[in-house]
Amino acid sequence: MTSQVSSPADQQRSSGSPAKEVRRLERVIIRFAGDSGDGMQLTGDRFTSETASFGNDLSTLPNFPAEIRAPAGTLPGVSSFQLHFADHDILTPGDAPDVLVAMNPAALKANLPDLPRGAEIIVNTDEFSKRAMAKVGYAANPLEDGSLEAYRVHPVPLTTLTLEALKDSGLARRDAERAKNMFALGLLSWMYHRPTEGTEAFLRKKFAKKPEVADANVAAFRAGWNFGETTEDFAVSYEVAPASSAFPPGTYRNISGNLALSYGLIAASRQADLPLYLGSYPITPASDILHELSRHKNFGVRTFQAEDEIAGIGAALGAAFGGSLAVTTTSGPGVALKSETIGLAVSLELPLLIVDIQRGGPSTGLPTKTEQADLLQAMYGRNGEAPVPVVAPATPGDCFDAALDAARIALTYRTPVFLLSDGYLANGSEPWRIPETEGLPDLRVRFATGPNHTTEDGTEVFWPYKRDPHTLARPWAVPGTPGLEHRIGGIEKQDGTGNISYDPANHDFMVRTRQAKVDGIEVPDVTVDDPTGDARLLVLGWGSTYGPITAAVRRLRAAGEKVAQTHLRHLNPFPGNLGEVLKRYDKVVVPEMNLGQLATLLRAKYLVDAQSYTQVRGLPFKAEQLATVLKEAIDG
Amino acid sequence: MAETATEAPTYPALSLVPKAESKQTMKDFKSDQEVRWCPGCGDYAVLAAVQGFMPELGLAKENIVFVSGIGCSSRFPYYMNTYGMHSIHGRAPAIATGLATSRPDLSVWVVTGDGDALSIGGNHLIHALRRNVNLKILLFNNRIYGLTKGQYSPTSELGKITKSTPMGSLDAPFNPVSLAIGAEASFVARTVDSDRKHLTSVLRAAAAHPGTALVEIYQNCNIFNDGAFDALKDKERALEAVIPLEHGKPIRFGVPAEDGLGSKGVVRDPATGDLRVVDVTAEGTDGVLVHDAHAASPTTAFALSRLADPDTLHHTPIGVLRDVDRPVYDTLMSEQLEQAVEQRGKGDLGALLAGNDTWTVVG
Repeated sequence: MTSQVSSPADQQRSSGSPAKEVRRLERVIIRFAGDSGDGMQLTGDRFTSETASFGNDLSTLPNFPAEIRAPAGTLPGVSSFQLHFADHDILTPGDAPDVLVAMNPAALKANLPDLPRGAEIIVNTDEFSKRAMAKVGYAANPLEDGSLEAYRVHPVPLTTLTLEALKDSGLARRDAERAKNMFALGLLSWMYHRPTEGTEAFLRKKFAKKPEVADANVAAFRAGWNFGETTEDFAVSYEVAPASSAFPPGTYRNISGNLALSYGLIAASRQADLPLYLGSYPITPASDILHELSRHKNFGVRTFQAEDEIAGIGAALGAAFGGSLAVTTTSGPGVALKSETIGLAVSLELPLLIVDIQRGGPSTGLPTKTEQADLLQAMYGRNGEAPVPVVAPATPGDCFDAALDAARIALTYRTPVFLLSDGYLANGSEPWRIPETEGLPDLRVRFATGPNHTTEDGTEVFWPYKRDPHTLARPWAVPGTPGLEHRIGGIEKQDGTGNISYDPANHDFMVRTRQAKVDGIEVPDVTVDDPTGDARLLVLGWGSTYGPITAAVRRLRAAGEKVAQTHLRHLNPFPGNLGEVLKRYDKVVVPEMNLGQLATLLRAKYLVDAQSYTQVRGLPFKAEQLATVLKEAIDG
Repeated sequence: MAETATEAPTYPALSLVPKAESKQTMKDFKSDQEVRWCPGCGDYAVLAAVQGFMPELGLAKENIVFVSGIGCSSRFPYYMNTYGMHSIHGRAPAIATGLATSRPDLSVWVVTGDGDALSIGGNHLIHALRRNVNLKILLFNNRIYGLTKGQYSPTSELGKITKSTPMGSLDAPFNPVSLAIGAEASFVARTVDSDRKHLTSVLRAAAAHPGTALVEIYQNCNIFNDGAFDALKDKERALEAVIPLEHGKPIRFGVPAEDGLGSKGVVRDPATGDLRVVDVTAEGTDGVLVHDAHAASPTTAFALSRLADPDTLHHTPIGVLRDVDRPVYDTLMSEQLEQAVEQRGKGDLGALLAGNDTWTVVG
């Protein structure tokens, strides 16, 4: 669908209603906040879709509790969705909202500390009962006691207005009330001139089996729009022009990290000409990948929801033995359970993708919040010397390319590979230029088909652990290939034959060879972004910190500061030039959403005084915060 | 011990597996690896029986895979000249599930032990059984941990003195057959390492079964639990201990009565519905149950499995307790893939990536 801006209000305009003032903005940050049952994620998703189809650049940050329906009206139950959109290229969901939509007192109270003075607050006054306010510790009504004077508050009786709009719908009061999020969406859509057809079509489709509910939601949505158009409280609406110049030419869509990652896996399967096999166990925030891949069986994708995390990776490893492109998807606690099988995959030297959508830890931690604290688990979290390559995407759309890259490494080097995404990338979304399928990398592999070794007596035999001299990969001989029957296992193997061996020298050789294989994986050099070429400070990140770090670097450069930036896609092995790059700078700052795991690795390997800047708040860094830290490093 | 009744062997479960081009012998299935079990171990007999049985299947041996976990019996794949994987403790059913569901052209066998399958891997075993994946699971039950040198296992009898239970084990044992029936298994059998003929007949029935087949093999560990199954092996004692099961035959055992069948029979107690053993010379043969391995309800098979005394092994049913048709997981999975292609056409990557909601930026 290609969209243009049009709306129910167009008809009103054409029928002579006085047009209101329209102001032009470069960018806006909106946060929708309500109870976890209020449909805030859906509201945010819809506003995002409208914004994407309008052509703005955008970045989103869904933020919700782990409880499906946390106790209503409480602070821990608040669910929010932040969206940053602009007429130019942006990198983060934004530091602080310009507009807060608060559906109840809890949502107001929980989000107010993030609001800068002068921000607009659209608040559902119907929910500000004494009881609801008392529940979150408001002794007096914040809408009346002057405590919000620093903000531009729009008190809107959202519930009443929604019920009024739906009084002829025939819906019970409780059901009608549930459409109030669509009223809010309609109002915001009016305020920011969002196209509306997509949302109406979405609602019709979503509630196709309950047309009366579809009608009610569409009616509430339109009522919200018309309320904005007619009421005097909203005197101004805003335009944020499409960000056409920010994007290279191409066809775009909006995409979340988990969706891009799922598509990357399907693409890798096609490019490798191997069937995709997913063995997985549901876990937040990775389950969406299981859901998505399960929908695409017509691509030959087999998805297996296992009895536990261990069986998920076990089945994947079994499928890898059989010649599939095998994947397991999980989050940190699942990785812990899979560790032994990952070690087996290291020993078997079979291709296997381990997708870890990191979340706050340790233990159950913060299931719905983001963190980068599984890096060392991915690197070292196994018994014995068990090196595993690690690849990390930088943005939601980049999850697609990272998946293809992880598959390349797994297939070329016959090794398990970690793909370290995180909750922020998984659920966040951004515009994504749809790649031409012809341009995707060729990932085809050659299975072993015959003997690869001649013994001293001249017999032609198959040695499952005879390696490719360049990659050190062993042959992939899949069952069904005559003459190559062989046995593999987790016991140490003799070099070449793969037979059980307890020989000390052989073990030493095999341990070093497995390490050498991973160390020798070809990864591109890091490139450094340093426009003036004489920066003394290097900021280095990995994974999802790319957006906030880059935004901070831009701010500093706009203020005349010199700062160089580089970002790691490959955490194991590191790019070959990384040591040299690090030594070029007086200072290296490494921001991470953990307590300094990458910094530890860098310091150990390269003996550089990398300074760690860390945060483990379950939320991405803010650009302003990083800019301040980097400025101090420049000045200090 | 009587052989399980079989007709001329057909293997519908293996119809998708390519056939061998020429006649095979037991030797074709012996790998070049030296067998390293303790001298006198029951595993040797099972290995010989499996190697001896394989030619009968007539399958291309490159399409046969043995997957094992950890434990003495789990070394089994190294000795079979097929594809094989010696995996990690307890996980063989999960790994084999991935292999079998992704490769319908393979005959996949799992070799496991009582510790591997019932303790550390218990979860994978019960889920493989309930899904009915096309796997043949050979559970070597020696009622002891052998590889770790003699601790009690989940099938060891209560009070057993072992290295880790010097005052006697406090754990009540699992009955693997009862467990499997409870886990919705579609095929459950029990046999004994030393009775090659019976063991082979059970392998035959298991191979023919579409879906998961669980074969419990009582296997002697002559180092740490020697003689654990002597009650079933000693000819005279076996008369009292073993209840041989054959589909369609009355369940009779013990010293032969006048009609040549055993003097004891299994009947259903009309008051409780439970099964009990009676002396048919005194009570007659009218009420004696006829074994029906194909009964839809697992109730009687379960009740039969409960007749065994875990301490003395008296009244241990041997043979195929249950063999019923149930949809096979891997077949269903393949059908869903075909159905998806029928309904939506073969996947188009370009269309998938583009989705329904795009916009174009022109340069």
